[in-house]
Amino acid sequence: METTILFEDASATLDATADGESLWVAPDALERGLGWSAKPEGLCRGPVCVPRWAELVRADGAVDVAALARHRGQAVVHDAARRTWVCGRSGELRAGVARSLVAPDFALPDLDGRVHRLSDWRGRKVLLNSWASW
Amino acid sequence: MDLPVWQALYEELHDRNFVVITIAMDTGGADDARQWIEPARPTHPSLIDTAHVVAELYDWVNVPSNAWIDEEGRIVRPNDPGFAGEYFRGMMDEGFDFKAMMAEYGRMRDRYLAAVRDWVANGPASRWALPPDVVRARMAGASPDHARATAWFRLGTLLHERGDADGAQRAFAEAKRLRPGSWNYKRQAWHLEQAGKSGGPEFWAEVKALGDRPYYPRHEL
Repeated sequence: METTILFEDASATLDATADGESLWVAPDALERGLGWSAKPEGLCRGPVCVPRWAELVRADGAVDVAALARHRGQAVVHDAARRTWVCGRSGELRAGVARSLVAPDFALPDLDGRVHRLSDWRGRKVLLNSWASW
Repeated sequence: MDLPVWQALYEELHDRNFVVITIAMDTGGADDARQWIEPARPTHPSLIDTAHVVAELYDWVNVPSNAWIDEEGRIVRPNDPGFAGEYFRGMMDEGFDFKAMMAEYGRMRDRYLAAVRDWVANGPASRWALPPDVVRARMAGASPDHARATAWFRLGTLLHERGDADGAQRAFAEAKRLRPGSWNYKRQAWHLEQAGKSGGPEFWAEVKALGDRPYYPRHEL
């Protein structure tokens, strides 16, 4: 069934099978949609690899994306009726910020759609201010 | 609105190796934020954050929330409400003194801007640039409930983008339940439900229910 998955910063709408708290995705769809690929050392995205275990990868190669996220300490929530899943950022990020105090980077658009990154301003003092229209 | 204040501060200090970045926590996107940004004519980066990503990354639960970041990219103030204060809270009461409120706003604004100038001039020697252990102490620890609240809020913004208002409210309700201290979740959800509701009777009832507790985190500025 067509399912929308947000996994950290990557989002994709792809074919997936939900089964309770599990969400099974075929390996090619997983790689195309969310950038995780099955390798001999485990499931990898960029430099990050998670060793596979029996319940994570089915005999047909399908991966339980929700179990992968929970294993990495990501919060996983879903709306079953709307076939939408969110696997949040890993808790490691917050712990890393608390250790290093390095300001987390982000990329956001201005009114004209031009994307700005916090890291563009490294070398200057930055005052970040959040506000809202509401 | 504070955007013109930030723009003026940027114009004053931008050639002293300083930048202001203002970020609208607005799931409604440019449609909601434009009416405030355009009149301020910002030349500093004035950004729009439909998913409230920055509030997530910096663990902010209210607006305004500010952080100060030094030249090496390290946080020296993680979370302060700028020059916002409790002065607005009696606004709906009969006989409320608006002049006194504006005077207090002006005093807090001037104190805060003086602190920023002091930091820009003196860097780590400024008393307002906090040492690492104090910065850490002011950052809340991670909580599984808060992480789930964030994920539900994100799910709500996805459904909103898709035009599924009911689904979005259902997800926002979970976020609010798991993190009742987040005014951002409450007020953004109210606003998307109905324009004006974020400052309507529901909001004021919740502010009143705070009693002696502060609306903004207390700070020493």
